[in-house]
Amino acid sequence: MELITNAFEIFTKYYPSFILGAKFTLIIAFSGTIIGLFIGLFIGGIRAIKVESTDSFVARLFKKFIYILTEIYIAVFRGTPMMVQAMFIYYALKPVFNWEPIVAGIFIVSINTGAYMSEIIRSGIQSVDKGQSEAARSLGMSSMQTMMLVVLPQAIKNSFPSIGNEFIVNIKDSSVLNVIAVTELYFQTSSIAGSIFKFEETFFVSALIYLVLTYTTSIILRFIEKRMNNTKTSYPSSQTIDYVVNLETETL
Amino acid sequence: MPLIKIENLHKKFGNLEVLKGINFDINKGSVVCLIGSSGSGKSTMLRCINQLETFDSGDILFNDKSIVDKNANINKYRSKVGMVFQSFNLFNNMTVLKNCTLAQVKVLNRSNEEAKEKALFFLKKVGLLNFANANASTLSGGQKQRVAIARALCMDPEVLLFDEPTSSLDPEMVQEVLSVMKSLANDGLTMIVVTHEMGFAQEVANHVVFMDKGIIVEEGHPDELFNNPKNSRTKEFLNHM
Repeated sequence: MELITNAFEIFTKYYPSFILGAKFTLIIAFSGTIIGLFIGLFIGGIRAIKVESTDSFVARLFKKFIYILTEIYIAVFRGTPMMVQAMFIYYALKPVFNWEPIVAGIFIVSINTGAYMSEIIRSGIQSVDKGQSEAARSLGMSSMQTMMLVVLPQAIKNSFPSIGNEFIVNIKDSSVLNVIAVTELYFQTSSIAGSIFKFEETFFVSALIYLVLTYTTSIILRFIEKRMNNTKTSYPSSQTIDYVVNLETETL
Repeated sequence: MPLIKIENLHKKFGNLEVLKGINFDINKGSVVCLIGSSGSGKSTMLRCINQLETFDSGDILFNDKSIVDKNANINKYRSKVGMVFQSFNLFNNMTVLKNCTLAQVKVLNRSNEEAKEKALFFLKKVGLLNFANANASTLSGGQKQRVAIARALCMDPEVLLFDEPTSSLDPEMVQEVLSVMKSLANDGLTMIVVTHEMGFAQEVANHVVFMDKGIIVEEGHPDELFNNPKNSRTKEFLNHM
């Protein structure tokens, strides 16, 4: 009980810092997820291109080469901790860009998320029935048109839950960016805790704020998902009238 | 000159040889039915015609030009060769109308108005004008297949390929699809139909091809092939019908 009252006191006293931290956390998570999604669409799209027996030797070699590059990208960014990536990339590129921690933070979260998104999109593409692209090709559409107009929209829809999940993961995982002094929620929390020397209560507040952020997000995502799957019931009026008439005859 | 000429077509899936040298002409305006047991290579041959399946050797000539020539534009060729699939393959994320207009606009560079007019014309022909704005995924199987036919017709194809168009439909729906196909045949459209509907083949086709184990065993006019088959394998197959 004391924990809660103390935590409440800390929150009322330091809420501008907490809110600021939460704001940065959301900005990083949101932009990182969106940019990561675009990276994923691009890389995942490339990875879904198959080597065809009709391809020339050069085309085959080129496709293979690109595929290996994407393989390396995914292996590196999924296979190393984001905290390590943050430290390495921030300091390695600092002489080049001389960037603000927040910009570096968004960059790091984006390419990290991009690696996961690539796999999500690739499996999303594979989940679209082969008949869809066969039908598009049989109508004379190019492989690019088929991908952009027919397959990808369905792939994104199919993998929306996993895409949304990445957003929630990013809200939490952006906390590791404190190592490069991005003023997100974790960084703010530990500064407050350090200055008043009350770790238990301050991090309790922090945990609650994270929980509110992730839970609200998951509710919003679920709502969007429902809207997306709600196929427009656009039956013609004749059909609807038949249905009503049947109901009436039954009650009579 | 035949519209499509198939010369000594061979196709292997791994070690399995599915087509063992097919020679076969399709004339303009003819309705050809391909019959035979499952695994006889009918569908594979059909899919080779519009290059959804590549072949290993032989050639397919369309209006006297090889379709695998390296100068040939495969997408342009495919837009002239319509295909109707067993599993309909309507674009699930689009309305019926959009299904019919998409390729017209993107492949034939038609204006939206022109494409829409054409789509509505053919939707009316298959009796689904009311459903133009319905989502494709909400239709019944028979309706989906009729939309798929309208979608293919919108491209003004020179030939329409049907890959077992009624095999996944219930008997009532089979009739609605077959009657659409009959009316197309009466309009003089060139059609190649892989089918197990012997009644349809007998009534509508002017050429029937019986395939078995990757070769054409017997072909001829339906009256002759159905009533007086010469090959013993053909007799055996027709007896089971």
